Amino acid sequence: MTAIGWFQIILFCAVVVALVKPLGWYMTRVFNGEATFLSPVLRPVERGFYWISGVDESREQHWLTYTVAMLLFHIGGFLIIYGVMRLQAVLPFNPADQAAVAPDLSFNTAVSFLTNTNWQNYGGESTVSYLVQMLGLTHQNFLSAATGMVLAVALIRGFARASVRTIGNFWVDITRCTLYILLPICIVYSLFLVSQGMPQTLGPYVDATTLEGAKQTIAVGPVASQVAIKMLGTNGGGFFNANAAHPFENPTALSNFVQMLSIFVIGAAFTNVFGRMVGNQRQGWAILAVMGVLFIAGVFVCYWSEANGTTALQALGLSGGNMEGKEIRFGIVASSLFAVVTTAASCGAVNAMHDSFTALGGMIPLINMQLGEIIVGGVGAGLYGMLLFVVLAIFVAGLMVGRTPEYVGKKIEAREVKMAMLAILVLPLMYLGWTAVAVVLPSAVASMANAGPHGFTEVLYAFTSATGNNGSAFAGLTGNTFFYNLTLASAMFVGRFFMIVPAMAIAGSLAQKKSVPPSAGTFPTTGGLFVGLVVGVILIIGGLTFFPALALGPIVEHLAMNANTLF
Amino acid sequence: MLREIRPAIVLLLLLTAVTGLAYPLAITAIAGVIFPSEAQGSLIEKDGKVIGSALIGQEFKEDKYFHGRPSATLAPDPNDSSKTVPAPYNAANSGGSNLGPTSKALNDRIKEDVEKLKAENSSQPVPIDLVTTSGSGLDPDISPEAALFQVPRVAKARNLQEAQVRQLVEANTKGRFIGVLGEPRVNVLALNLALDGASK
Repeated sequence: MTAIGWFQIILFCAVVVALVKPLGWYMTRVFNGEATFLSPVLRPVERGFYWISGVDESREQHWLTYTVAMLLFHIGGFLIIYGVMRLQAVLPFNPADQAAVAPDLSFNTAVSFLTNTNWQNYGGESTVSYLVQMLGLTHQNFLSAATGMVLAVALIRGFARASVRTIGNFWVDITRCTLYILLPICIVYSLFLVSQGMPQTLGPYVDATTLEGAKQTIAVGPVASQVAIKMLGTNGGGFFNANAAHPFENPTALSNFVQMLSIFVIGAAFTNVFGRMVGNQRQGWAILAVMGVLFIAGVFVCYWSEANGTTALQALGLSGGNMEGKEIRFGIVASSLFAVVTTAASCGAVNAMHDSFTALGGMIPLINMQLGEIIVGGVGAGLYGMLLFVVLAIFVAGLMVGRTPEYVGKKIEAREVKMAMLAILVLPLMYLGWTAVAVVLPSAVASMANAGPHGFTEVLYAFTSATGNNGSAFAGLTGNTFFYNLTLASAMFVGRFFMIVPAMAIAGSLAQKKSVPPSAGTFPTTGGLFVGLVVGVILIIGGLTFFPALALGPIVEHLAMNANTLF
Repeated sequence: MLREIRPAIVLLLLLTAVTGLAYPLAITAIAGVIFPSEAQGSLIEKDGKVIGSALIGQEFKEDKYFHGRPSATLAPDPNDSSKTVPAPYNAANSGGSNLGPTSKALNDRIKEDVEKLKAENSSQPVPIDLVTTSGSGLDPDISPEAALFQVPRVAKARNLQEAQVRQLVEANTKGRFIGVLGEPRVNVLALNLALDGASK
């Protein structure tokens, strides 16, 4: 670890924190339906959209209607992606003449983009056409991100409102989120990315003759427009197979820094939106503090472990840390930081190959996802995931002193706690369950690229990433098989919707409750004690669920590495 | 619930048209005007022919050129399309080795490369980036140490003074962005082009 390395990390954190308030202010205005500086241009477009699609923007929805609207919207999204992938060979914008994508791979990818996972069983430049990249993937990058955001807003409204039956209008929220927040940022952002060297063209792949006279085919495409929303919406599905490690998908140290910022910024600002909507911004800062503590701890372990390298490298006299699978322009620190950022949020873009990380360095991304991606988290999804843990922490605190727990003026009762537990328990059920199935099926074991405990970690990582809707991978695992295409899709589906529906049920139930004014017996939820309590609950629940699985994978691998055992 | 079906179809189509077609096509048009070279992939032409991209590494094997990092990219096997064969710096199929820290295959490969490099230059420690593959397999850069390590070989192959080659390396070394972000690096293709220019 170096001083300049830590300086980069601190700079990153400082910029994120500086952006929280202004963006939180702007997003709150958008979701409250207030005018913004873009309204003169966008308001007529917005009204036109409602008029054509028959949306009455003044009509609010019950939580069930809101959830059903969201699900209906997703059915259509699924059909569009699946359709363009299956038909890409006969559709335009296919200069590389890609053939139709296989049914199981198309199914997996459609579910993957719909659930904001963006798991890459497809190879990007070697599998899909430009039309699929744009109409299939870029469009769903926007809409799955917007979905996560509006659901978080709906849950926040549940906390903020009192004695009402409705939590907003899904159609209005999703339209405003896309038009006022995601699209304007992406337009500026994608042009910045092109200035850094990211291609943005519909032209065919380029044939070059290298200096030594060899042929090199260089894949290009409309990269920047997709990468902007891929990062901002914490989607993470790459234009290219190597994702953000590809020089075209992340050309410079500056583009890398801005990409990391764009992964975190909306998720972090959501804590401020929460604070503003419940009437006390300090409530938001307390949640951000919980995230910050867990984040810094992860960065420290990952960076330290990667900078140390492996025993085998040291024995060969090689210094400078573990550079296998990392790019020179990023080096150890920006690769380690990116890995922690992308898994703390549910982005899943990678700028280095996690499969080649050291055992402990690769364990941190795994832990981040297994905790439920609540450290900033996916846009919106991180906040509603975190609020589920807050509900539990408040419940535990209430048990300790024998009072009905309250949070931001709402009594937390049996229904909320049951729903929170349901959402939290369904995640380990998916990733531990499917991992257990995979490691006893010979055909699934054959997909592992590495032998020994690392092979087990590859499978555990795949199901964890799918369940957490992250999408990063220990990419050695051959995931494009019938078994993995279907099981990973089921993990992605359950991981997304079995989290969303309970969270929406909580939103509906909270909105109906009366607001209780704080009294002398109210547990203050803006201080250090609260932060410590939530961190504790997260680590205890996490530790109890997945520590045994980690012991079989990265922990035993670390011990083997120190003993210089190779597989 | 029935009245939610119309927006589920119509609004989806509208938003799809905006985000999936209008937005990428508009960005393509704007980028093509204000950043024409970058938008096309930062291609480098020599005598009217494309010789590569400034951002994409290419394979160098000859002694007279600086070599990039090992690359783990693959290509379909020409004899059996269900299999793949190594194809370093295949810019149509990026990817890393994905070998883990306790992989015997990885350690054998690194050991072999270290020995080769030690035979080439025993006066300096072997730089780690010359024996490890990058994440994309297309890394255009090497560390300044890795470039300096190769100076004696390149100078000998070209009958140039080592000091002259070293100077070229230094001229092609880029520092961190504003002194803070990223790592110092040397673009191998740019360095080799400069070298070809100097040898004329």
